[in-house]
Amino acid sequence: MSLKMKPEELAQTISYKPPKKHWIDNPVEYKKGTYNYGGNPESLKYVHQPNPRKWQPYDEDWKLPENWKEIILEGFRERIDKFRSLKLFMDICVRCGACADKCHFFIGSGDPKNMPVLRAELLRAVYRKEFTLAGKLMAGMAGATELTFDVLKEWFYYFYQCTQCRRCSVFCPYGIDTAEITFLARELMNLIGVNIDWVMTPVSNCHRTGNHLGIQPHGFKDSIEFAADDLEDLTGIRVETPINKKGAEILFVIPSADYFGEPHYFTLLGYMALFHEIGLDFTFSSFASEGGNFGSFVSHELMKALNAKIYAEAKRLKVKWIIGGECGHMWRVLHQYMDTLNGPADFLEVPKSPITGTVFENTRSTKMVHITEFTADLIKNNKIKLDKSRNNHWNATFHDSCNPARAMGLFEEPRYILENVLNNFTEMPDNTIREQTFCCGSGAGLGTEENFEMRMRGGFPRANAVKYVAENNGVNLLTCICAIDKATLPPLLQYWVPGVEVAGIHELVGNALVMKGEKERMTDLRNNPLPRKEVL
Amino acid sequence: MGIWFSLVALAALTLLGLIGANVPGLNYVFAVIIPYIAITVFIVGIIVRIVIWARSPVPFRIPTTGGQQKSLSFIKQNRLDNPSSYLGVLGRMALEVLFFRSLFRNTKAELKEGPNLTYGANKWLWLFSLAFHWSFLIIFLRHFRFFTQPIPFFVPYLQEIDGFFQIWVPIIYITDCVIVAALSYLFFRRVFDSKIRYISLPSDYFPLLLISGIAITGILMRYFFKTDLVAVKELMLGILSFSPSVHAVGLSSWFYLHLFFVCSLLIYFPMSKLVHLTGIFMSPTRNLANTNRMVRHVNPWIDELKMKPHTYEEYEDEFRTVMKGAGMPLDKEESHVS
Ligand code: HEM
Ligand code: SF4
Ligand code: SF4
Repeated sequence: MSLKMKPEELAQTISYKPPKKHWIDNPVEYKKGTYNYGGNPESLKYVHQPNPRKWQPYDEDWKLPENWKEIILEGFRERIDKFRSLKLFMDICVRCGACADKCHFFIGSGDPKNMPVLRAELLRAVYRKEFTLAGKLMAGMAGATELTFDVLKEWFYYFYQCTQCRRCSVFCPYGIDTAEITFLARELMNLIGVNIDWVMTPVSNCHRTGNHLGIQPHGFKDSIEFAADDLEDLTGIRVETPINKKGAEILFVIPSADYFGEPHYFTLLGYMALFHEIGLDFTFSSFASEGGNFGSFVSHELMKALNAKIYAEAKRLKVKWIIGGECGHMWRVLHQYMDTLNGPADFLEVPKSPITGTVFENTRSTKMVHITEFTADLIKNNKIKLDKSRNNHWNATFHDSCNPARAMGLFEEPRYILENVLNNFTEMPDNTIREQTFCCGSGAGLGTEENFEMRMRGGFPRANAVKYVAENNGVNLLTCICAIDKATLPPLLQYWVPGVEVAGIHELVGNALVMKGEKERMTDLRNNPLPRKEVL
Repeated sequence: MGIWFSLVALAALTLLGLIGANVPGLNYVFAVIIPYIAITVFIVGIIVRIVIWARSPVPFRIPTTGGQQKSLSFIKQNRLDNPSSYLGVLGRMALEVLFFRSLFRNTKAELKEGPNLTYGANKWLWLFSLAFHWSFLIIFLRHFRFFTQPIPFFVPYLQEIDGFFQIWVPIIYITDCVIVAALSYLFFRRVFDSKIRYISLPSDYFPLLLISGIAITGILMRYFFKTDLVAVKELMLGILSFSPSVHAVGLSSWFYLHLFFVCSLLIYFPMSKLVHLTGIFMSPTRNLANTNRMVRHVNPWIDELKMKPHTYEEYEDEFRTVMKGAGMPLDKEESHVS
């Protein structure tokens, strides 16, 4: 992955001055490096999605069904009746502009249609034309447009330039959530087969093999065992690798990148070491080998179908409750959607930590606990021994991943853990963390090679805040609790702030964890030599 | 273009209002019939709007969380920005509606040499917006002295506080100055801030101009061109008690204009963005408690999401051989055994 433009040059292309011409009369221009490729027909077929065909966004002809307009408008009408959010958000925006410069894509590109308000207006203009009296009578004055191929091209471009991060929604006086609008706009486009491959192929893989990467059961087992081997080399301890184990107390669901990507993998090592140390009776599942849900980037129906396997597997394996690993959009779905989509989980028990006895009252319906909630509780109750100095080579900061931040409010749990496993920690500036956190710029299915320039632009505000603490406080590690972050922040930082690395929280837990009977650790989990204890 | 369109629309309304005031036969229409129509359109329109919104269900519970969730006992929850109870939601909504909590967070992104991004606090919009809405409300409440007999208890208090500085005769109300300043700010930021101009539609300039029209005619009547208040009150009481009569004496053109603008606003209200007044109360990212994992949220149409999930049986059928080869437990075999 590379971008010819140097960071300084890229920054110079950004101007927040809008063009002269009104946005409605300004058609979109597809620029290389700023959009994603169309969905592969085979993937669409496997999950029975409409209009599978070979096509690319830069083609003249998108090979749409003849009646594509009717399909979209019909779908629009249906969703207005089904989602109060959509109807309300179409009606009440006052165009105050408070959200305008809150979006990382606007900040990084200066493209006015990346202001959340205009992104939503793209849909609203058609809404007004089709569903309101004023729009029908005087389109020009009411800001209404007909749905044309040009409008569709604009939708595709800009609704796949939104990472559904919800930052705009925090600042909007009415809470208008452009992520919700994007979700529904993508769902509409999917009705005519307009979607992107980096969403559709993982969806189809996940449907078939249980995970986005298409890893088959034996491959899953190999990866987990490989991790146990590595841990044994590092610590001298052989940890358990339970997979599809019936009757285990807890089902543990992680994003698939944890066992296939770096630096995710070191987080996996951390989880496994921790669970061994506390003697947790848990199991992985090769069928529910994905906590993430790319279905949530394209339609409610696919989101539901993919999510169903988690409860189904919990039921089949007869576990009591579920823990979920470090992943952002995964937790959006688990926290805000799963119970509604596939609950009630009345066959499970209210989660209770077998180690500390803590009952996780906040999960009494869903029965699914976030790993940082679980670990923070262990630490609070002094159930694990931690040697912070083993992370002395890191000077860390913490990136609040969008979804746990703005769709959950998971702020203190990871920070509490960090406080206990690490000596050197610095927060990034206030307007860039917690509920105001900036997206990695590659979420919601946009983390592709072909979209690289847009990712570097979208990730600019995040990277810039990292640069601030790197330069002023010597930060050399960006921690996070999201699998997409772990995949996309490294190239982002490589571009904007070379020298800062990325790690999951449980990697640092794994480093600091003093295990019974372990050999002296010479390296951390990623094989960096450990800082020698100061020899006098 | 949007600005001009709105100005022309306002000019047209002004002309109409003046005609109503000065063509004798039309007085009754403008002083009685149009107000009735306007009040009816407003009430019915708002109700219809709410009913239409309410008819669409809230399929998922999607609060935007602005603070720490309720989780472990030793972690302090932010009860207002991330409420988990009815009371918390009430608090959050009260902050939004009364003090524009979210707008208060506003920042301004700037790209400086370096490149360095900064996000300075930017409270002007919040300040003037709040000033506008509150003065609008207070002015509206003060008007009750024209609408009811006896005058409601709160009116004299409001008048006294609002006239606190006791300058000029008649005493100048603070809210009169504030609303003009705030409206000017809101209007001119749309005209001069290039970003805001770029996103503005005619329907964004128009209500500001119309409300300015109301405020300015009102102020002119109070301080410069006296109107017969007894006649005004008689007219209003007549309308509100459904026995209207018009005493043309004393009702100046200014009054006709003022009243006609108000009627226009009432009619325009339900079909415009001004319905944010009621919409904000129904916004699902703000009015729901973040109890997502505590209490199940039911979606009435969930079964319409028909796609069948891939089942474990199908999965095992497809991968049985490799699973067996890897020594992984199998369901089918087990069922043979037991
Ligand atoms: C529950 C009551 C209300 C709340 C919470 C509320 C809140 C807000 C907020 C936060 C804004 C955005 C900031 C701004 O652009 O000024 C706004 C804009 C606006 N509101 Fe309200 N409002 C309410 C009722 C009303 C009423 C009764 C009117 C009067 C007719 C009104 C007229 C306007 C106008 C004209 C704007 C647009 C300002 C502009 O275009 O710059 N609002 N409101
Ligand atoms: S902040 Fe909300 S009301 Fe204001 S322009 Fe953005 S979406 Fe519209
Ligand atoms: S959800 Fe995030 S990416 Fe999408 S418009 Fe809002 S701020 Fe931008």
